[in-house]
Amino acid sequence: MTALRRAGDRGWLVECAERAPATVAKAIREQSWSRYVQEVVPAAKTVLVVADDIARMERLAADLRAVLRERHTGVGTGIGVHSRTVTVPVRYDGPDLPSVAERTGLSPQEVARLHAKGEHTVAFFGFAPGFAYVDGVSEALRLPRLSSPRARVAAGIVAIAGNQTVVYPGGTPGGWHQIGTTDVRLWDVEAQPPNRLAVGDRVVFEVVSP
Amino acid sequence: MTTLLSPPSSPTAAPCTGRPVAQLNIVRAGVATSIQDLGRTGLAHLGVPRAGPADRRSFTLANRLVGNAENTPALEVTLGGLELTLSVSRYVAVTGAPVPVTLDGARVADPVRVYVPAGSRLTLGRPWVGCRTYVAISGGIEADLVLGSAARDSLTGLGPEAVRSGSTLRLGSARTVPDVPLELAFSRVPCGGRVTARFRWGPRHDLFDAADLRRLADTSWRISAQADRVGARLTGPPLEIGSVDLPSEGTVRGAIQVPPSGEPIVFLSDHPVTGGYPVVGVVTDADTDLVAQSVPGDELRLLPIG
Repeated sequence: MTALRRAGDRGWLVECAERAPATVAKAIREQSWSRYVQEVVPAAKTVLVVADDIARMERLAADLRAVLRERHTGVGTGIGVHSRTVTVPVRYDGPDLPSVAERTGLSPQEVARLHAKGEHTVAFFGFAPGFAYVDGVSEALRLPRLSSPRARVAAGIVAIAGNQTVVYPGGTPGGWHQIGTTDVRLWDVEAQPPNRLAVGDRVVFEVVSP
Repeated sequence: MTTLLSPPSSPTAAPCTGRPVAQLNIVRAGVATSIQDLGRTGLAHLGVPRAGPADRRSFTLANRLVGNAENTPALEVTLGGLELTLSVSRYVAVTGAPVPVTLDGARVADPVRVYVPAGSRLTLGRPWVGCRTYVAISGGIEADLVLGSAARDSLTGLGPEAVRSGSTLRLGSARTVPDVPLELAFSRVPCGGRVTARFRWGPRHDLFDAADLRRLADTSWRISAQADRVGARLTGPPLEIGSVDLPSEGTVRGAIQVPPSGEPIVFLSDHPVTGGYPVVGVVTDADTDLVAQSVPGDELRLLPIG
């Protein structure tokens, strides 16, 4: 059963039991009433929906329940909401590559190969502007975060933690294991739109020689 | 219908030769002054906080008083101390936390809207009560937009540079100023160091036991010294929920988040878009403005309304 939880005057937090939050978020955005919605924020297990007006909250709850009931029809019943595939060429030359290799019992080349061969999907954004949590890191590469994060991580650094990988958007601190670098800019506030990745996109990492 | 106000002593109309560049000179920036508009809406799913004024009501009021659209860039001044001059004569609104205002050293009796002649020095003292004062200039500040907004976001650094002493800011064209009754243009700020903020339970109140929920609503919390545009940390008898295993989820302005220390944090305008600590309740939109006007040491009661 999917629950709607009130999150303030204008928010509903949708708990996603059966479908991925990315799928639910996409289905909500496709509704005609979504123009009355200010924010649709998918996260690990939930989607936050913020209305533009408190007067619409009961109506919005009914509309959201209708979307959630449609799980056997319409768009994507699983995680298959890939709208695009984005290829990211990576030089596997990160400062943490040797320690990741050591802790996983693999060679640095095997770490690179395993990372590049993963089936990666953008799960959600958070933490900082343009910071996309990308699911799909191989079991063999799963490590907890660094015990002390670095103060500032440059744009284009490719890193892993747990089952997720990220391409740092730049200017944030970072506690993930840095295994590589890409020249592709996935986040640029001057660009329209600023994001080259969207929730649900498939990401393919390609090994390039340093 | 509103009538329109003309400058009190309009000598001659705009000069015919060479239009003066309309700009605002920051003589002294004060403790923390930033440019704000209503912020970046609709980008939370990309990790972009909304930002915008901490006290939205006082901000939009300031803009309306000088004929600007509500979303026009204006200054948010924390704990006063701002001093400025204008290169052209303009109406200026001062709302939010009430401060002593002087114009070339002379006290302005009712500073909610002041006509500031070109070259005159407008000075804001420290607020008598409250935390944040809004200064809107007719025509607004022309600032570069980042992701569609001129709001400075203290969490991510998005938006214009912080306002510094010696900064020069461009102004837009003066707007016709509505002749509204100024006695109705009041700001809501905490009185006598006490604030009551209404809130709704949820989304994660069911993770807390009954004693914690009672404690949240029964305690006289105090605003701690760790209060900024991101959030206001409260001090008081800590809730006992401890550490909870909760995956990150979207958060809203006004969210009362409870970290493992048990002392709640009320999220304000620059709050992160997701968080991993449970949110026990959310302060109403209107009363979040009031929380943002409280200063360290103020007493805060949280009143559940549903």
